[in-house]
Amino acid sequence: MAVSIATFKGGVHPEYFKELTASLAVTPVEPPKQVVIPMLQHIGAPCEPLVKPGDRVLVGEKIGESEAFVSAPVHATVSGEITAVAPHAHPSGQMIEAITIESDGEDSWEQPAAVEFDWEKLSPDEIRRRIREAGIVGLGGAAFPAHVKLAPPEDKPIDTVILNGAECEPYLTADHRLMLEQPQQIVTGLLIMLKILGAGRGIIGIEDNKADALRVMRQEIEGRPELKVASLRTCYPQGAEKMLIEVTAGRTVPAGGLPMDVGVVNHNVGTALAIARAVTEGRPLVERVVTVTGGGVARPANLLVRIGTRVGDLLELCGGMKEDTGKLIIGGPMMGLSQPHPDIPVVKGTSGITVLSDEEFELEEATACIKCAKCVDSCPVNLLPLFLAEAAEHGLIERAEKYRAADCIECGCCSYICPARRPLTQWIRLAKAEVLKRRRQR
Amino acid sequence: MERQMIWSIVTLGGLGVLFGALLALAARFFAVESDPRVEEIAEVLPGANCGACGYAGCQNFAQAVVEGKAAVDSCIPGGSETAEAIGKILGQDVEGREPVVAAVFCIGDREKASSKFIYFGIEDCRIAEEYGGGFKDCPYGCLGLGSCVAACPFDAMRMGPDGLPEVDRDKCTGCGLCKEACPRGIIRMIPREERGHLVLCNSRDRGRAVSRACQVGCIGCRACVRACPEEAITMEENLAVIDLDRCNDCGECVPKCRPGCIIPRKGPATGVEATETKTISA
Repeated sequence: MAVSIATFKGGVHPEYFKELTASLAVTPVEPPKQVVIPMLQHIGAPCEPLVKPGDRVLVGEKIGESEAFVSAPVHATVSGEITAVAPHAHPSGQMIEAITIESDGEDSWEQPAAVEFDWEKLSPDEIRRRIREAGIVGLGGAAFPAHVKLAPPEDKPIDTVILNGAECEPYLTADHRLMLEQPQQIVTGLLIMLKILGAGRGIIGIEDNKADALRVMRQEIEGRPELKVASLRTCYPQGAEKMLIEVTAGRTVPAGGLPMDVGVVNHNVGTALAIARAVTEGRPLVERVVTVTGGGVARPANLLVRIGTRVGDLLELCGGMKEDTGKLIIGGPMMGLSQPHPDIPVVKGTSGITVLSDEEFELEEATACIKCAKCVDSCPVNLLPLFLAEAAEHGLIERAEKYRAADCIECGCCSYICPARRPLTQWIRLAKAEVLKRRRQR
Repeated sequence: MERQMIWSIVTLGGLGVLFGALLALAARFFAVESDPRVEEIAEVLPGANCGACGYAGCQNFAQAVVEGKAAVDSCIPGGSETAEAIGKILGQDVEGREPVVAAVFCIGDREKASSKFIYFGIEDCRIAEEYGGGFKDCPYGCLGLGSCVAACPFDAMRMGPDGLPEVDRDKCTGCGLCKEACPRGIIRMIPREERGHLVLCNSRDRGRAVSRACQVGCIGCRACVRACPEEAITMEENLAVIDLDRCNDCGECVPKCRPGCIIPRKGPATGVEATETKTISA
């Protein structure tokens, strides 16, 4: 069989360090004694708490809900008593209202309300409703509510669903392990999405450094001509939405546009799995796979954990942080958020916990730009990072807008490749925020 | 030889006369009508192109004033003097605005206010604010990375040795660009005249949270409110605020303030210059 090696323009090739956890099977973690469940674990409107301190809840019981369309409910992830409803530190760095549940140790589940579990007999609207009720959001990290993407406006027909199994972020192996261990569920999730959207084609994009996952997924889709597994060249950010669509479907999402503008809906493989379980088992999103990795942890692992588990507890389970820890990051090193302390909960979008040792984490002084244009070559969305960053640095927001700051996907390639070690992405993020602020004011 | 020279002079001179005449005609027929007052006004403006008036620069502002789109007293850096000068050119009577000056409402420097973590990012308060809600324990205090200093077009601000920005009141024109650059709203514009006391704190947190994060933050104890004979002090969201119009500089509140964040601007009792009035020695 011919091996197609598809890729995009630009990108970088960081060291991947996936060997730390790639061969380790997902280990379920005992439900913790206490969970902290933030009311905002998605892009969109925050939830309102449905419970108060003193209430008893079961696993899977809805404890937060919002009436807004772009939002997703949150559920209790252990059974027990609510002890607090108060702001708590969140991986985003903000203090966000959260519900603390003290576990009773029994782990008793709420019975699913649905009766029909054969998804082929369900109507698209019923499936969408179940996905929303289950609180499913994009599990790749962005945490965009899944039901919103699966309900495109009528003038935007969808013909292709792309599953993102690229996992281009260094260190992380959560999606890789899911594809190896639960390929059947992932394919079911994909078929459910095809049904809801009336789409005729499903593509699973996987980077070619995961040969075993490619093999397993190819076996799984045998006999289904509408599905295809695409082998992608290992290159960061291969898994970014726009890159993935360009490479697998051959369509370019216009600047400022959405995948649905080109008839595509894009979901992470983990999201597909969660959708399959929500629809066929009536199971809300209460747990996810998290890769705990990096040179700063004694025993890296892929863990299946309840949402709301303290990051610090997971680190202890993995042998604790080593003495020479340089940085604690939620997510991977390219796009993750650095954290000041481990007293934060795992949320729906937490795909990994990366602890970099002092050796892995080096801070270099930025020097003057030498106009080598490496950032221009590496930018996957064809921007001019050096000029954008310069404009941001001098507060020239109009110029930044002219250079299309709003199109930046914040992948970090420019900062990574810059030989002068200039923090280009950070500056562009600032310019992007200012440009978007101005657009809203207009 | 002589002939050649004469011919050259005649030809070039003739061309000069011809082109000159053409230019003179062009200037008459293609003349762009411009109001001489625009130039006159641009002349009296400070010329810093700060944008505080809402126009791209002084020239644009001058144009807008002549066209009647902008108010005569919109040039904040220029103050009443400029407003009067513009009024004279346009033949209007102008009442000048009360001149203002920028003041930094935080005295929690690196030693007095504690930090949550070490910030490695770029030196810009707006970016630092995004990462973990700022690295200071106090979510209202000055981050000290100098976004306001960078925004000042008049060289009236600089970072002090304690990591807090200082305003040079001689150079400050009150344009307010620093106020807009601050992501935490710590800078406020106050009357230029040096009277009254200020509560140099911006924290809306409750007392315990404030004292945990900063030694000199307003804990909202209301001692100053009770001490003030003029009833000039009110509490707004756990923060004492002094009404400068009512404050008579008696200084009763100063010894009552436990954290010591009430500072006289230029109290008759002390004669000490407050933070915002510090002048910068070159």
